[in-house]
Amino acid sequence: MPVVMDADRIARTLTRIAHEIVERNRGVEDLALVGVRTRGVHLAHRLARSLHEITGQDVPTGTLDITLYRDDLMRHAVGPQPLVRRTEIPFSIDDRKILLVDDVLYTGRTTRAALDALIDFGRPRNIQLIVLVDRGHRELPIKADYVGKSLPTSPEESVQVYLQESDSRDEVILEAGSPPRTLARWSA
Amino acid sequence: MSAPVITHVDETPAVTSLRRKDLLGIADLAPDEISLILDTAEAMKEIGSRPIKKVPALRGKTVVNLFFEPSTRTRTSFEIAEKRLSADTLNIASASSSVVKGETLADTALNLEAMQPDMIVLRHPSSGACHLLSRICRSAIINAGDGMHEHPTQALLDAFTIRERKKRLAGLKVAIIGDLLHSRVLRSNIHLLTKMGADVWVCGPPTLFPTDITRCGVRATSAIEEAVADADVIMLLRIQLERMEGAFLPSLREYFNVCGMTEARLRRAKPDVIIMHPGPMNRGVEIASEVADGPYSVILDQVANGVAVRMGVLYLLAGGVEHETAV
Repeated sequence: MPVVMDADRIARTLTRIAHEIVERNRGVEDLALVGVRTRGVHLAHRLARSLHEITGQDVPTGTLDITLYRDDLMRHAVGPQPLVRRTEIPFSIDDRKILLVDDVLYTGRTTRAALDALIDFGRPRNIQLIVLVDRGHRELPIKADYVGKSLPTSPEESVQVYLQESDSRDEVILEAGSPPRTLARWSA
Repeated sequence: MSAPVITHVDETPAVTSLRRKDLLGIADLAPDEISLILDTAEAMKEIGSRPIKKVPALRGKTVVNLFFEPSTRTRTSFEIAEKRLSADTLNIASASSSVVKGETLADTALNLEAMQPDMIVLRHPSSGACHLLSRICRSAIINAGDGMHEHPTQALLDAFTIRERKKRLAGLKVAIIGDLLHSRVLRSNIHLLTKMGADVWVCGPPTLFPTDITRCGVRATSAIEEAVADADVIMLLRIQLERMEGAFLPSLREYFNVCGMTEARLRRAKPDVIIMHPGPMNRGVEIASEVADGPYSVILDQVANGVAVRMGVLYLLAGGVEHETAV
């Protein structure tokens, strides 16, 4: 069960991404962070703190639950529905530059759902994608703008991100042999 | 890295799905299923505040709203909920259907079902009508009020509204006052509130008191002052003139004088009491206008929350039941 990122590495990576955000956007004006539930939200709040330390400015931060936009919803003949949680975007996204934050980028289907959900909130100037781990195997034409770590994986492996806020430790682990994706009814 | 900022705690609830195909009543639901519906409704409520009030969750699902009794609030509420979830909706009211030509409920349902809907929302004057459809239909049946039996989504939206204001249900004194005999809202609320640990009092004139109601785990009184004393929640029930075939009340004015909710009577309740009414209200009969429009009233919140609660129920039932054998 190899650890691919430990707590220090995750912290340094997020600081580096925060600097890249400031550099690419020439500051943090008109920026807003939106984290994809669950662990993307924790990462978004950490980035907001880093951005505050770097620039002294607050970046509004929101929470997005993509469950109702999933492309596999209702595609199973019968079965329990994935859990829906609250989306909280307490600011207008119109004309803002939205930094969309997720923990792992894999097939790109979660990101597709998140983009559709965001567009229902308004018309942002642009959307930039931030992921802690890009593990490849995209099924949709989606690419991250900020990548913490590119991790070559096989489809049989699974990448687990653990964060203090929800799992009381900071760690990214590569595990061999994940259950078949089509049967996984993940709730995160 | 120092301690991260936690803005909200994500707790995984005890259950993540309902263990049933239909929502026929609150009597069948377990407390954890009730909590799941209320939690899901909370997530749904936010959708109503978006610029685009629609999510694609029930795309391609067909929902039939089959109403055999007049209804504005419940039918509209279901229809808005269905549309916000992107379901295709179909409204059938008894006056414009083949029922007037003598078709039975079962035949109407089987004919509708031949057109492959996914869910049927049924309102019917006979108690048990939803149970009948549940046995003969493949579609999920949602009870929108059956006779004097149950009105589960009303009780769920009432609970949602109480929880929103009081942050809990357990331990609250809830006084339910009015026509106890004919009220399906009362039956669903008694089931729900007692399951969730509330202290339920019922109050009404002796002619409108069902026998043995205390066997439902509630306390009963004919004295409104006793029911209202230190109440956290006061729920008023409509005097259902259309269901009264006998002489239950001397006059509506007499009812107002003895059981009507007035500002004077309200003062016996807790200072942060909330006043609820499932609608439609008879102003000056069960509730004084000053109370209905006053600062304690959450009657319009109930209507707003009805949409969120029905979205939650529709979403949770749309998945179906695992290992169910298709008909």
